[in-house]
Amino acid sequence: MMGDFLGLSDNVWIIIFAAIITYFTRVSGHLILSRFDTIHPRVEAGLNAVPAAVVTAIVVPAVLTGGWAEIITVIIAVIASLRLSMMKVFFMGWVLIIALRAIGL
Amino acid sequence: MSEKSSQFMRGAKDGFPVVIAATPFGLLFGTLAIDNGFTISEAVLMSALVFAGASQMVGIELFGQNIAPWLILLSIFAVNFRHVLYSATLGRYFKHMSKSQQAIAFFFMTDPQFAASEQRGERGGKLTFAWYMGMAIPLYVFWVAEAWLGAVFGSLITNTEALGITFLLSIYFLALLMSFRGRSLFVPVVAASAMSSSIAFLTLGSPWHVSVGGVFGILVAACWPTRKREASQQ
Repeated sequence: MMGDFLGLSDNVWIIIFAAIITYFTRVSGHLILSRFDTIHPRVEAGLNAVPAAVVTAIVVPAVLTGGWAEIITVIIAVIASLRLSMMKVFFMGWVLIIALRAIGL
Repeated sequence: MSEKSSQFMRGAKDGFPVVIAATPFGLLFGTLAIDNGFTISEAVLMSALVFAGASQMVGIELFGQNIAPWLILLSIFAVNFRHVLYSATLGRYFKHMSKSQQAIAFFFMTDPQFAASEQRGERGGKLTFAWYMGMAIPLYVFWVAEAWLGAVFGSLITNTEALGITFLLSIYFLALLMSFRGRSLFVPVVAASAMSSSIAFLTLGSPWHVSVGGVFGILVAACWPTRKREASQQ
């Protein structure tokens, strides 16, 4: 894998292309959408669901692979977030997971 | 303090939990990069140019397996495909920014950056460029520095499990998720995403569960009968 092209290694070329591809994914959605003057209500509804849909999926493995300490922390954090600010829930969750793991859950 | 710098500081404060929570992943990337045949500068370069944790991990795994470059790039594209959705969604809050500000902002659009920006944009549309960069710049600087630290001192990094740091990102996202609970169709979207991403996680594995869960959640919202949608918005 150690060929050179324009003085740069294969690894560096792959990194450069990976960067271009990643940036492309980050602008393309906006570029496509901004070509339309009006957005169909169903597309609008879909876009409004993006944060909840994706963030849920990101959290899922923590619950699926977690032990009691993780599951208890998740449940308490969900309940706490009905009342407390995000920042408070975050630090409370941190203290909780350390405490629960310390007592061997 | 000027309006811009107070917005910037506010963004930095909002991003602080993410800086802590992302630390083990930034270090882990640097360590794995060296294990898979990267030089220290290549590890730092990848974090600096790509700046997308999950795809960097996937890319680095494949590097170590001597897989064709185009396949590595295709995998990175597949993992980052969710950004297309983020971009379409968040771009609606970027309209007041100049074109070059938008171009810069999109470079820094990570999962937490997107979700926190959506939350901010929703609450009165005060998504300023200064706030956005206030969150993005510390995240970026630490992420790149961690790649270097992980690459240089990888063997010295001991188990972070006991401090619960690897679990922090999940707590952060969970708290953020709950802040979207006022949106229409929140429950059906979360239910569809949770079920489909669980199945994908157990069958396809990580990180594909994110795209699968995202797509199913969005489809449920898009296909939801219009009359019911209006009712649930009230």
